[in-house]
Amino acid sequence: MNPESSSTTAETVIIGGGLHGLSTALHLAMRGMKVVVLEKDRVGRHASSANAGGVRRLGRALPEVPLSVASAKIWQDISDLLDDDCGFVSSYQVKLADTDIHLDQLRDRAKQVRAIGFEHEEMIDQQTLRDLVPAVSKECIGALAVKGDGFANPFQTVRAFYTKCVDLGVVFHQGHGVETITRFADDWVVRTAKHTVTARNLVNCSGAWGGKIAAMLGDHLPIEVRAPMLMITEKMPHFMDGVAGAQGIPLSFKQFPNGTVLIGGGNVGQAYPETNETALDYQGLALSAATAWRYFPIMENAKIVRCWAGLEGFMPDNIPVIGKGYQDNVFHSFGYSAHGYQMAPICGKILSELIIDQEASLPIDAFDPARFRKNSRENGSETLEKFAS
Amino acid sequence: MNDQFDIIVIGAGPAGISAALEADHHGASVCLLDEQASAGGQIYRNVSQSTPARTKVLGSDYLKGEQLVRDLRNSGVVHRTGVTVWKVGQDGTIAYSKEEFATQIKGRHVIIANGATERSTPLPGWTKPGAMTVGAAQILMKSAGIVPTNAVLIGSGPLLYLVAQQLVTAGAPPKALVETQTKTDLLRATRHLVPALKGWKQLAKGLQLIAAIRMAGVPRFTGATNIAIHGDEKVDRVSFEANGKNHSIQVTSALLHQGVVPNTQITRSIGLKHIYSGQQHCFHPVTDLFGQSSNIVFSIAGDGAGIGGAKVAALSGKISALNAVCQIGKIPKSKCETLAAPILKKRSAELAIRPFLDAAYPPPADVLRPADETIICRCEEVTAGNIRRFASLGCKGPNQAKSFGRPGMGPCQGRYCGLTVTQILAQETKQSHDVVGAYRIRAPLKPITLKELASLETPKEPETVK
Ligand SMILES: Cc1cc2nc3c(=O)[nH]c(=O)nc-3n(C[C@H](O)[C@H](O)[C@H](O)COP(=O)(O)OP(=O)(O)OC[C@H]3O[C@@H](n4cnc5c(N)ncnc54)[C@H](O)[C@@H]3O)c2cc1C
Ligand SMILES: Cc1cc2nc3c(=O)[nH]c(=O)nc-3n(C[C@H](O)[C@H](O)[C@H](O)COP(=O)(O)OP(=O)(O)OC[C@H]3O[C@@H](n4cnc5c(N)ncnc54)[C@H](O)[C@@H]3O)c2cc1C
Repeated sequence: MNPESSSTTAETVIIGGGLHGLSTALHLAMRGMKVVVLEKDRVGRHASSANAGGVRRLGRALPEVPLSVASAKIWQDISDLLDDDCGFVSSYQVKLADTDIHLDQLRDRAKQVRAIGFEHEEMIDQQTLRDLVPAVSKECIGALAVKGDGFANPFQTVRAFYTKCVDLGVVFHQGHGVETITRFADDWVVRTAKHTVTARNLVNCSGAWGGKIAAMLGDHLPIEVRAPMLMITEKMPHFMDGVAGAQGIPLSFKQFPNGTVLIGGGNVGQAYPETNETALDYQGLALSAATAWRYFPIMENAKIVRCWAGLEGFMPDNIPVIGKGYQDNVFHSFGYSAHGYQMAPICGKILSELIIDQEASLPIDAFDPARFRKNSRENGSETLEKFAS
Repeated sequence: MNDQFDIIVIGAGPAGISAALEADHHGASVCLLDEQASAGGQIYRNVSQSTPARTKVLGSDYLKGEQLVRDLRNSGVVHRTGVTVWKVGQDGTIAYSKEEFATQIKGRHVIIANGATERSTPLPGWTKPGAMTVGAAQILMKSAGIVPTNAVLIGSGPLLYLVAQQLVTAGAPPKALVETQTKTDLLRATRHLVPALKGWKQLAKGLQLIAAIRMAGVPRFTGATNIAIHGDEKVDRVSFEANGKNHSIQVTSALLHQGVVPNTQITRSIGLKHIYSGQQHCFHPVTDLFGQSSNIVFSIAGDGAGIGGAKVAALSGKISALNAVCQIGKIPKSKCETLAAPILKKRSAELAIRPFLDAAYPPPADVLRPADETIICRCEEVTAGNIRRFASLGCKGPNQAKSFGRPGMGPCQGRYCGLTVTQILAQETKQSHDVVGAYRIRAPLKPITLKELASLETPKEPETVK
């Protein structure tokens, strides 16, 4: 045996030290549970650091709305949870409309959200929009808006969660990936090249690699790994506080307090999860640049200093997998489909409830991994053919 | 995609021009790209536009460039000037901008000849207006004919003497040369002296420079430590310790230099293999004798592959071109080897002086291990002390450091601080430089405007969802 290797026992072992793994660890530790987190690289290294920092209820898939609204409440007082404000700026998010068709689509959307009992998404007219976001193009004739949404600093958030976890006694092993998972009596035995952790409960928070870990546990879930891209400009004079998206075309646009402007919105590069690498697609970035310029004419001569991409797991229905696995005491929480940053504070709490109380305080049926387990055989390893590619 | 070429050469310095000419000679279609308005690179910057007065200041070496530039003009090489290469794809696709418009071209083989950059000189006060690198001062002299007056030159290396002598000739002798080179450095270097004598011409040239500076009565201080640059709004004083005494000199500019290092932004961005050279205290891309990199599509020539100077750059340009035309099947391997043999031989003679120079002019401890208060990343104002604190909190590499305090995330994209951050983290974490690694570099390699990027693609109209 490797002299440097260690063997630990815990009540829960979490695979993946992204924000979802961290938040789950934190909520479990707050309730007194002994937790070990195994992270193949280093905490927060992937989607959780690479993301755009958008804290958004606006435009969530309807099943996500209750979770997202509950998460927004935690974000408003994030210092109470983490002793750190995570750079959260509570301002607004708007979805811009530049045609009547878009405006109608947004109105319908607001109605749908009200129909399930939520009031946070509201239509604003052109004048209100211009007062709120003076830099927006004159072509924009209205928007769907959520006040109190905004953005935060991903690096700072990762660090805050990590620090708090360590304070509460969560043990981290970083730098080695989980290679094997076996059963010993009623426990899970999880091994990396350096560490063996034996625990009653196992949580799969391995993001883009979630499908791989799930498969090791007999759950074959149809994840697709993609690499959403972002670009950031030089510091510019302050011109906006919130975040803008657009109806009908991918856009995510915000100015940070330091003056830099972050532009994203759906265009993806190539993803190579096996080597942790991504490649940028410059045609896609050019499209994002053109879109941002069109909605914000002030950007014409803004200088782009950096572009990057992050690895993220997408599910076919664009909502995550949250819930119990096929085998005992296995829990999945991954596949956040490029909008899991805002959800991290609440999803960790939901997982802690599932593990300790056996049930969640908010509706999560829509996220059940079993939704992909149609035609399943006894061992639960059959997947829906059409997602299997 | 607009055009395709057999060979694209990035950089029109001695390496790039020689490479382009050689490849052209073997019948390849060649496109040579450079962001300067005319060919010449660092050493022969603007040589074709120079006035006799300026040429006198810059010396006869500068003139050698003229011939190269003339040959280039008479060749079949497509030379595009004023173009900034901001993306190099692994497959040889290159995106560049000219006058706010972006274009993509593709080469079957790409020769990277983008030269060196000056090593950062993080000393207290180095970011104040009035402090600049000697290279920046030279660019002012070569392109605009502006000569810094009341200057102090600080640092070490041949270029320091060259610029001092150029200032003397221009009638603006520097107030002093504050050299960080110590007696021990020189002693250590002497063991390389015998092989260096093969490059005796260069040695002799160096001695001539020093003699000229001495003749002009410019005071020289050697083994200087605790160098600091002072001034509220701009530089007005330089202080340091030498020969056990404290010195203070009133100045209007401080010209800094600690040698040059390969410019690895492009080679890093393609993910080529790099290795740290303890002798030159910097990273360079890994190449074979022919300049072939770890990716079959790319060769690297000139100072960008490892510091060798202008003559070595010109020779390695030729060698890389032979490799390139061989790679794309224009000449057989045997012919490539025969043609390259005498050039390789010449190059190793020229390289003989390098170990001596590297040992004689090492970057001093103050620069390799800057004091805690010294700013390292000028864009985000991160100090050496900050980096050390990140290390104590568990930070193991430059990319991770970004998440601790944003070094390398400003508009210079980590050009200034990259090497220093690696060096500090290597010391603090007791890992090798290669393990610590360098910033991940991604296009755009130079900041470009949204409009430029957008011009790469005629944007589609948004789909209107019915
Ligand atoms: C470019 C980009 C922009 C985004 N913008 C936003 C936004 O504005 N707002 C928003 O809400 N969301 C956004 N997202 C989505 C959000 O970042 C993610 O949904 C969220 O960070 C996912 O967190 P995670 O913990 O599930 O995954 P990750 O952060 O990827 O963490 C998973 C971890 O598991 C580890 N792991 C994998 N396999 C193993 C193994 N075998 N052993 C041990 N560890 C393993 C990985 O190394 C990784 O660190 C964006 C994502 C990207 C990529
Ligand atoms: C600032 C400075 C000043 C120097 N002055 C002297 C001197 O006076 N005398 C002397 O003997 N040696 C000098 N040297 C050393 C000398 O530059 C080298 O020995 C020699 O020029 C190396 O030749 P090269 O062809 O490898 O690179 P270079 O001559 O540096 O040529 C590289 C070329 O690539 C171009 N380039 C780089 N990146 C891009 C890009 N992204 N897009 C488009 N073009 C690009 C540059 O504009 C440049 O023209 C200097 C070095 C530096 C860094």
